Amino acid sequence: MASIFQGFGAATSLSSSASFDTKKLQFSSLRSLSGKRASCVVVRSGGVKMDSDSNRIGGRGDQLVTNAVATKVDNPAASTASKPGHELLLFEALREGLEEEMERDARVCVMGEDVGHYGGSYKVTKGLAPKYGDLRVLDTPIAENSFTGMGIGAAMMGLRPIIEGMNMGFLLLAFNQISNNCGMLHYTSGGQFKIPVVIRGPGGVGRQLGAEHSQRLESYFQSIPGIQMVACSTPYNAKGLMKAAIRSDNPVILFEHVLLYNLKERIPDEEYVLNLEEAEMVRPGEHVTILTYSRMRYHVMQAAKTLVNKGYDPEVIDIRSLKPFDLYTIGNSIKKTHRVLIVEECMRTGGIGASLTAAITENFHDYLDAPIMCLSSQDVPTPYAGTLEEWTVVQPPQIVAAVEQLCR
Amino acid sequence: MSLSGAKIIQPLCIRYPDMPVISDQAANCNTTSTPFLGSTRTLRRIQSVSAAQRRPASAIVAVADVVKEKKLKSNKNHLLTKEEGLEVYEDMILGRVFEDMCAQMYYRGKMFGFVHLYNGQEAVSSGFIKLLKKEDSVVSTYRDHVHALSKGVPARAVMSELFGKTTGCCRGQGGSMHMFSAEHNVLGGFAFIGEGIPVATGAAFTSKYKREVLKEADCDHVTLAFFGDGTANNGQFFECLNMAALWKLPIVFVVENNLWAIGMSHLRATSDPEIWKKGPAFGMPGVHVDGMDVLKVREVAQEAIGRARRGEGPTLVECETYRFRGHSLADPDELRDPAEKARYAARDPITALKKYLIESKLASEAELKAIEKKIDEVVEDAVEFANESPVPSRSQLLENVFADPKGFGIGPDGRYRCEDPKFTQGTAQV
Repeated sequence: MASIFQGFGAATSLSSSASFDTKKLQFSSLRSLSGKRASCVVVRSGGVKMDSDSNRIGGRGDQLVTNAVATKVDNPAASTASKPGHELLLFEALREGLEEEMERDARVCVMGEDVGHYGGSYKVTKGLAPKYGDLRVLDTPIAENSFTGMGIGAAMMGLRPIIEGMNMGFLLLAFNQISNNCGMLHYTSGGQFKIPVVIRGPGGVGRQLGAEHSQRLESYFQSIPGIQMVACSTPYNAKGLMKAAIRSDNPVILFEHVLLYNLKERIPDEEYVLNLEEAEMVRPGEHVTILTYSRMRYHVMQAAKTLVNKGYDPEVIDIRSLKPFDLYTIGNSIKKTHRVLIVEECMRTGGIGASLTAAITENFHDYLDAPIMCLSSQDVPTPYAGTLEEWTVVQPPQIVAAVEQLCR
Repeated sequence: MSLSGAKIIQPLCIRYPDMPVISDQAANCNTTSTPFLGSTRTLRRIQSVSAAQRRPASAIVAVADVVKEKKLKSNKNHLLTKEEGLEVYEDMILGRVFEDMCAQMYYRGKMFGFVHLYNGQEAVSSGFIKLLKKEDSVVSTYRDHVHALSKGVPARAVMSELFGKTTGCCRGQGGSMHMFSAEHNVLGGFAFIGEGIPVATGAAFTSKYKREVLKEADCDHVTLAFFGDGTANNGQFFECLNMAALWKLPIVFVVENNLWAIGMSHLRATSDPEIWKKGPAFGMPGVHVDGMDVLKVREVAQEAIGRARRGEGPTLVECETYRFRGHSLADPDELRDPAEKARYAARDPITALKKYLIESKLASEAELKAIEKKIDEVVEDAVEFANESPVPSRSQLLENVFADPKGFGIGPDGRYRCEDPKFTQGTAQV
């Protein structure tokens, strides 16, 4: 599939973009000035395995590189070829981001089950314990509620812990601490204590892992006031979001996906931090807006191949920020295409898609030419049998059918 | 501790006449961190250690016995100096008068919701917290007014918080069950029982981290976690006992066993009601103390806090105490036997301390009366201040939801929602 280049409007200087200095309340009022993000977009149609070339799509605000974009419109190759970049897998990208932040700030520490000597059940923390010591990369006993609370107490006293749930589902045991303390203590203390924790872990439906190991906790956590939720989907945004989450003074829950850890991608050598609240434009288009996140992004991109062959031009956005929603990117897209399809892995009832549908209806109802379609997983405990499990989550043919129906 | 004229008995080690010092290592207390972060007990040692730690029931009151013994030996030795005595007395009176005023204000419609009063348990708060430094932390439960006061939060700030005014210690956003103070290191105030214990464990972890990772060599901050008998059956309690002992965190777990969890008697809820025994099961000393006697509490607190400060790890202290009022101001308190209440009323910790101070000639009746009068004025002033303070305005509604308000996200117009000046009123669509 040929690459498609698109240049966006006038550049604005990006140094004030708040991507990596969340302390400064210096917002890019630049956004309101130009109305568009200056970006150079390199689009690849994606299958489940990503090519090694950069698929970094996103606002220029994402990067430290300060070259103005205007020069890039005709020569996008130059922007990505400034440095060779390096290839790695998603879990390595997470580790790289984590290690860079630990190097940068001695208060950053990790705690969780098997994060130290074992290196993490998905090897995200491999090699960190020998380097930083057992106290900084803490192997905890199996007590999610208590070690999450411990991380919160440590955060109140000045540390910046990253709490790993070996599987996101295990964090159900920590719901007390996440809801009551993580989300609320900044408020109930009248702003006296901040809770700069990152709670991360793999979730989502894997390969026949069984019902309890295949949960999507983003739907359960989304109502908790005071927390932010982000979901990574590529090595590039995994590293960037990890760094942003660590630097944020808010409690952030970073959702990883069990099946995405081995994605390979070439990412920049230079340091970059992404914006926690922004969505990512994966594939610009004209006919329909497809909103997705995490693993479903790849099902959507697979369906997009088929759709393009059939003559459709879908616009695919990886919303990345599950709470709060980036209504700007989403809104701009809807204003252009007038049709929305949400593809998510949460269950039908009360999932992220349900909230997103409500938010879009509230804000962009006038721009819609058709009702919002939301494809979610079935409301069922994920079955073990491979065939049943396949029917639980949304598959590319269903996405194709949905777009065809929407665009009738 | 000030050392004025009177001699002071050195803090007791938790030692019984025929048993060795309770420790899970050899007798020398070393403060350097071992490279292995975990339990250093081997199977062989466990047997001898538990034999050493097994105390016969009679030893439960050994602390008081030994103290009395030492007192008899030399009458000139007091358990604390005059200054300390007056400080503790004032703190206990403040706790009592404040809580009584809370009850009054509640019934006058100045405060609402769940208010849990501490009457009768003052010895625990004053006995422990008056030994702390400002940098030490206190974590409490919903029965937290007096813990906050003892730690140094001004009465005005606490009373305003209870009235829901913006001058309260938490800007009126927390209320009775969420007393916080960053300045005085009061880490809350928690409504659900047990959820403060992990937070306390985290604060203790930070203290150890600061010393060992951040190399702040003199960081010896201690954390006290207060909670009740009901909480001692909760999973978070046990999980934190394990972690604190495992990593030798500088924390003291203080159980305020007042025998009742709302209407549930401790004996009906607990398979083994002797909570102090749960300490040795996790590898830390467990001590039982008479929580109606502030001097005994203070002795035990001294040792437990000292242990934590020296890096020897956590201690579990069970204080047998009693609340004179119901669980909360909404509790009719019909289940408790009046005879039991009368028995404990006779052991009122304030009366006991007053008696001790006067009999040992540490203070005169007049001095104590002066303190009582002063406290009355402080509390009256607090009420007046709270009455006159403003209620929160609408713009305060969403101010403290996020430390970084960018967390509210980007609105449809492309700007961060928090850039809208009216945003915190909750009028913008979130």
